[in-house]
Amino acid sequence: MVDAAVRLGGRVIWSEATLEVAPGEFVAILGPNGAGKSVLVKALLGALPLAAGRAVVLGRPPGEAGGDIGYLPQRRNFDPGLRVRGVDIVRLGSDGDRWGVPIPGGHRLFENRREQRHLVDEVIELVGATAYASRPIGEVSGGEQQRLLIAQALVRRPQLLLLDEPLDSLDLPNQSSVAALISRLCRERGVTVMIVAHDANPILSYLDRVVYLARGRAVSGTPAEVITSATLTSLYGTPIEVLSASDGRLVVVGEPEAPAHHTDRHAGHAGHDPGSAR
Amino acid sequence: MTGTVSRLTWDIPGDLHQLFGFHFMVNAFRAGTVVAIVAGAVGWFMVLRRASFVGHTLAVVSFPGAAGAIWLGISVTAGYFAASIAAALVIAMVPPSRTGGSTSGEAAVIGTVQAFALACGVLFVSLYSGILDSVTGLLFGTFLGISDQQVVTLLIVGAAVLVALAAMARPLFFASVDPDVASARRVPVRLLSTLYLVLLGCTAAEVSQITGALLVFALLVMPAAAAQQVTARPGWSFLLTITLALAVTWLALGAAYFFTYPVGFYVTSFGFGAYALAAAGRAIGGWTGSRASADMTPLVAVDG
Repeated sequence: MVDAAVRLGGRVIWSEATLEVAPGEFVAILGPNGAGKSVLVKALLGALPLAAGRAVVLGRPPGEAGGDIGYLPQRRNFDPGLRVRGVDIVRLGSDGDRWGVPIPGGHRLFENRREQRHLVDEVIELVGATAYASRPIGEVSGGEQQRLLIAQALVRRPQLLLLDEPLDSLDLPNQSSVAALISRLCRERGVTVMIVAHDANPILSYLDRVVYLARGRAVSGTPAEVITSATLTSLYGTPIEVLSASDGRLVVVGEPEAPAHHTDRHAGHAGHDPGSAR
Repeated sequence: MTGTVSRLTWDIPGDLHQLFGFHFMVNAFRAGTVVAIVAGAVGWFMVLRRASFVGHTLAVVSFPGAAGAIWLGISVTAGYFAASIAAALVIAMVPPSRTGGSTSGEAAVIGTVQAFALACGVLFVSLYSGILDSVTGLLFGTFLGISDQQVVTLLIVGAAVLVALAAMARPLFFASVDPDVASARRVPVRLLSTLYLVLLGCTAAEVSQITGALLVFALLVMPAAAAQQVTARPGWSFLLTITLALAVTWLALGAAYFFTYPVGFYVTSFGFGAYALAAAGRAIGGWTGSRASADMTPLVAVDG
């Protein structure tokens, strides 16, 4: 992605974004609410056009790598009354875009349907969701839903996973276990992972590269370069400390999602300069 | 299903033969069968998409369509379809909500259309200054006097709806439960939603001709809602929906023939019974797939 910019409703969300991600890397897209993190993901998917610059995703223009990208949109909650099994949701990730009706019992007749079924079972097991995959998706917990949705994003064996806030609204143990799961997928399967987060801490120890979006700019680099008190403080315009825990892990303290500095998503879009919202 | 109907003979022996001796009853069963299958299939997606309010509106709109057609002296069937499909297209123009479900803005537009449609229907009826009986029929259903021509129309439209629904079933399912990922996968979510509304309009118009404009939910919602209570497997609940819709319709037509109350009442009562049993069965039997599908057997049997 070179000198890219995205404009929404006449406002430039961010510009002069230049970043490069190598295959198999675990990359975090960080930044305060309203900085355009989801916008970046949508631009990579080709769902939003670039206003300037150009981007290449898996060797192709955005939007043309469809099947090779697994996408997990920002937190969606399934209606508790939705009577559809988790395994059906995962299977839709595999063939949901094909027209027509699946033939009942087709897995006994056709090799590709058997293979598909096998693949669905495999990714469900990979994310550790086998125990609850046949329960209605609305009845399982948020962390369990998130695992099933990651399985759905994985079912086509994508080369690139774009995960938009996969840890949002999960409790702390679930945050760290889902983060560990994503990192394991990245390491063991060689999948490139780009993960949007507004809280860096649960994933900080796994990261190869960090993209920071703030104040209409994007800064990318290794965690050691970007996750420093000086860089973060200047990006956010508010004092931020990066501490080193006893075992060498970094902890970011005073991030803007703390209630006192919380900028509303829409306010963030309206007054793009974070300073104006405070 | 033949089993379910012949069970009725056990109640009223020999009367089944008498029932089918009348051509109007044969036509009522033909029309009812077509309508039940189409309503079950389309209604299954409606319940899944939480689009019941839209479905009800499209059905209510068919009332002024039919009343207007009577007033103008044109085909009542044409009036039903024209009004419902036009309303479906109007509702499809409302921008979709980002979150998936109906937003209050969307619901407000739909509610506005519905109220205006009912008012127009009342106006057309008073302009025609016809018999009050026909109003009851339009609103609460009738199975008398369904012509051969009407059955053919219902059949053709119904078949077209089913073919279209089959062609788009899987992406529509995807777009209904998971619109964000579906659109990232290049599923035309908006187009599917418009097409589905048109199919729903056709279906609402068809169902209205049997159950009346106000009681379409008897066939559009109740069987699907009951079936989705019983099982979370999409294939099974889809088949069960159509089975229930057929059972409810056939039983209601039989009951309406032997006991003189309106057919809409019977369709609705049997549908309600099926739903109540399914909900109760789910509450008692727990949520696991195996236990829930075991509930299917008593459900259908008690219904018959």
